[in-house]
Amino acid sequence: MRNSTKLIILAGIAIVCILLYGFYDIKGGFDYAFPRRMIRVSAMVVTGIAIAYSTVVFQTITRNRILTPSVMGLDSMYEVVQTLIYFFAGSMSVWVLNKYLNFGAAIFAMVLFALLLYRFLFRADKHPIYLLLLIGMIIGTLLGSLVTFLQVLIDPVEYLSLQNRLFASFTNVKAELLYIAIGILFLAFLYGYRIMGKLDVMSLGRENAINLGINYDRMVMKILVLSSVLIATSTALVGPITFFGLIVANLSYQFLATYKHSTLIFGASLMGIIALVGGQFLVEHIFELRTTLSVIINFIGGIYFIYLLLKESRAAG
Amino acid sequence: MIEIKGLTKQFGKKPVVEDVTVTIEPGTITSFIGPNGAGKSTLLSMVSRLLEADTGEVLLDKNNVKKWKSSEFAKRVSILKQANFINVRLTVRELISFGRYPYSKGRLTAEDEKFVDQALDYMNLTSMQDKFLDELSGGQKQRAFIAMVIAQDTDYILLDEPLNNLDMKHSVQIMKILRKLVDELGKTVVIVLHDINFASVYSDRIVALKDGKLVKNGPTHEIINRDALRDIYDMDIPIQEQNGCRICVYFNSHA
Repeated sequence: MRNSTKLIILAGIAIVCILLYGFYDIKGGFDYAFPRRMIRVSAMVVTGIAIAYSTVVFQTITRNRILTPSVMGLDSMYEVVQTLIYFFAGSMSVWVLNKYLNFGAAIFAMVLFALLLYRFLFRADKHPIYLLLLIGMIIGTLLGSLVTFLQVLIDPVEYLSLQNRLFASFTNVKAELLYIAIGILFLAFLYGYRIMGKLDVMSLGRENAINLGINYDRMVMKILVLSSVLIATSTALVGPITFFGLIVANLSYQFLATYKHSTLIFGASLMGIIALVGGQFLVEHIFELRTTLSVIINFIGGIYFIYLLLKESRAAG
Repeated sequence: MIEIKGLTKQFGKKPVVEDVTVTIEPGTITSFIGPNGAGKSTLLSMVSRLLEADTGEVLLDKNNVKKWKSSEFAKRVSILKQANFINVRLTVRELISFGRYPYSKGRLTAEDEKFVDQALDYMNLTSMQDKFLDELSGGQKQRAFIAMVIAQDTDYILLDEPLNNLDMKHSVQIMKILRKLVDELGKTVVIVLHDINFASVYSDRIVALKDGKLVKNGPTHEIINRDALRDIYDMDIPIQEQNGCRICVYFNSHA
């Protein structure tokens, strides 16, 4: 099967998922339910694309297929920011009530964290990927423990309100934030369109890329910023879905088997949309909201992550 | 013309290349030789911008390499390092097409395709152009990478131990092709070589390094003699003439 055919099929499935989610079993007032569903679908589409896009480019420049910004502790950073806000300012403070401020603060902190982390980890000398993975995990655990510690001290009522923010959810996305996220995604694509060819060359590695005239080290920094802004935006919008990027990126490498980033990113984005919208449909109509999508995705993603680790270690040995 | 002026590089406290000044003559094959750890590869990496020098400068046509626009530099000078691990799946033709990136930015024109065909032909890879790189032997893969550099069509081609992993037949083939590139197309080749006899038979000029310092620099016939080689390798190497080629018989000399 040609890749263009595969992409058309994926696009078809994605559209079916969106239509199904939009129109299936609408009870009580179409005018009430439909716009709400559309906001959720848009949030899922934005998240799916943002995470797929940022994960693929991140994995290209770090030359690995296991690490993602989320796995490296960006999600934990989101929890840290929200917990600190609740701990020091409280749920009635402007930092929580003003959604723009909260959104902005979360994105700012995550991007800052990511850049510091990368600066430290991806300096000119190469670290083996497993060391990076371990460091990422340790930082994640450290931040996680910090969060738990603070949460134990927080007032229980405040804690409940905080907990709502820490679980990924598409059901209470704020429309205003969605527009901002769409804007950011749009800008990211505008920029991304210009660097697709460069990304292809960069997958040949630093030395070959420099040989072919890529200003490699500067491009790496730019792309790291791009990918952390995207991940931060989606996390601030719906909450952390740690293993999601890992799944869609790797499925798209396997399914599309190409080096062309235009194809890879498009494919991964479509898979992201299918997984989120289709998954949310199942959660709402089959599981009748007895579980949440992020739980399912992290469950499947976690298993897939272990599978990838085993596969890589076998290939290395 | 490439001029290397007072180039120095330290890794930690250890100087790997120390105050090296060399001019690469256009239209020649220049070999970098020397014992392990002499700094040959590091020097080549600095000339090709893969590494930044601590002090000193590299000039291409009188302009500092750092001042060149990356994409323009890539049309003039190409570099191939020894270890080429790629974790994407590419066919031979796709890899070679990347050599045209500095010109086409990923959208190949008919002219680009012509260069790719030519490079395939030069390296004897036409019959396997649709094979994936991971299906090839080490030697075939090496040839594919060299073909990419040939498709890049630069005036200067820098190669870091391209004969690694190659058997005798393919080593000779590649050296002959490099000779052809210089003699027929007027390219300039700078090559790091481990086997001194390939350097002796195929290169016009030899640059010898030892402990990061330049020890000899001159036409091949001035370097391939007992005295000069003793300075470079600390070995007493007898030299025999064979069909006009000087062969160093180092296999049983006293170290």
